[in-house]
Amino acid sequence: MRQLKDYVLRGLLWLSVLLSVAVLVMIVGYIFVKGMNLISFEFIFGDYSPTGGGGIWPMIVTTIYTIIISLVIATPIGILAALYLQEYAKQGRLVKLIRFATESLTGIPSIIYGLFGAVFFVTTLKMGMSIIAASLTLTIIVLPVIIRTTEEALKTVPQSYREGSLALGTTKLQTLYKVILPSAMPGILSGIILSIGRIVGESAAIFLTAGTVAALPESLFSSARTLTVHSYLVTQESGDIELAAAVGIVLIVIILGINISATLISKKLNKATNK
Amino acid sequence: MSTAVMERSESLVMEENQTVKVQSQMEIKREEKASKITVKDLNLFYGEKQALYGVSLNIREKEVTALIGPSGCGKSTFLRTLNRMNDLIDGVKITGDIMIDRENVYKNNDVIKLRTKVGMVFQKPNLFPMSIYDNVAYGPRMQGIKNKKELNQIVEESLKGAAIWDEVKDRLKSSALGLSGGQQQRVCIARAIAMKPDVILMDEPTSALDPISTLKVEELITNMKKDYTIVIVTHNMQQAARISDKTAFFLNGEVVEFDDTDTIFSTPSDQRTEDYVTGRFG
Repeated sequence: MRQLKDYVLRGLLWLSVLLSVAVLVMIVGYIFVKGMNLISFEFIFGDYSPTGGGGIWPMIVTTIYTIIISLVIATPIGILAALYLQEYAKQGRLVKLIRFATESLTGIPSIIYGLFGAVFFVTTLKMGMSIIAASLTLTIIVLPVIIRTTEEALKTVPQSYREGSLALGTTKLQTLYKVILPSAMPGILSGIILSIGRIVGESAAIFLTAGTVAALPESLFSSARTLTVHSYLVTQESGDIELAAAVGIVLIVIILGINISATLISKKLNKATNK
Repeated sequence: MSTAVMERSESLVMEENQTVKVQSQMEIKREEKASKITVKDLNLFYGEKQALYGVSLNIREKEVTALIGPSGCGKSTFLRTLNRMNDLIDGVKITGDIMIDRENVYKNNDVIKLRTKVGMVFQKPNLFPMSIYDNVAYGPRMQGIKNKKELNQIVEESLKGAAIWDEVKDRLKSSALGLSGGQQQRVCIARAIAMKPDVILMDEPTSALDPISTLKVEELITNMKKDYTIVIVTHNMQQAARISDKTAFFLNGEVVEFDDTDTIFSTPSDQRTEDYVTGRFG
């Protein structure tokens, strides 16, 4: 009887794993099958043409812009905020409140951020529908992610490192910079990877703040279209599933590429510090 | 016995008394002169809870002073007041005085300077995830020493001072975390030595080590006392007996007895000390 239970349970476990992998394979497979024959050099590096047959280079450029700008702003602010909360602030009610707030922020639907961005950055600050407005909105979206993951990473740094360093007559800043941050680096990096995923995957908030102009952006203040927004629009307007799937392939490859390189970097860092 | 003889013997006794007096005066004088750390009426509170009660100790220069006592008696807490490591804990309040080289540790706010002068070795080896070289050079580098030659020399001297040089000289650039626990602890000692401190505090430095490594660290401590004032917390009474000159017995946050190690282990004056060192509790 106990043996039987064991078999059943093992079967259920297997089934769950199989199901989740199958769903992933199906989605990726479907997108690849549908979109693969559209993928060509011309498609990726060609300029967009509204009459069809053009490429998606402007959207790729816009997507990369938004990633870079929002990370450049969000990463330092997020890491510094986490350092303050974890290493400097007196652990009391205020810090708890701030932590609760950042946690809640990660759960807010991105369309809300989009609405805020549209009102605040686009209208009040008169940035107009632009890459910069979208990037700032994305900054707000990923900031809590970076703060949370950095805090978790700092928590995993053994207290004995802090004591060991401070007992050698170093200042708190030296200890942070030379011992704590390097040890927390892999965790912080994984937070940044997560953020890139959020940025690339975001569509609603960008739609509301960057607009939909399908051309190579002239400056940070031009309206532009990211890959996800493009994918949404072609499906919505012309029902061109194949084109949307092809865009999907490009997105998947970009994210995969970023993840792999980030993993390699963090492995390198680990080796440099541990070996 | 004739009166003459009696007088003679009396005067002898008197003479003897006098020499004893002179000797003890000299001893007191020497003790005062060589006193490195003077603790007077030290109380420590963790929030509401008092952890140390009126601790007064005189720790002499270039001797090993052992702090013994059962778990939670305050010996580690006391040790950490000497280099102000308790500052890291929120809500710690301290009254009383600690003088190191006649400077009041808690009135002088230069914690950095204090900690370069008073090094510390912890219970578990806590080397950083860096190379052996970088670990030992860490403190001097943070002091602003950049000259490669100077750093090389400091690292070599420190590792030699911690009796680990021969074991690691060919792998200075490899990770310190690849060493065995005993080796790591000796590199920790080297890291502390590299700051050229006067005093080294050790918080149960061998409690995580195997017997052979323990023996090596004990030998090292005995050799180090010619250069450093060492204060060591230990759970192991045999260890205290083997390596220390003076022993302080802590119980419930108080110093019950503080005397020569031999006295503490052979003829303690307090019943509780005797009960503890003979293993009746603790």
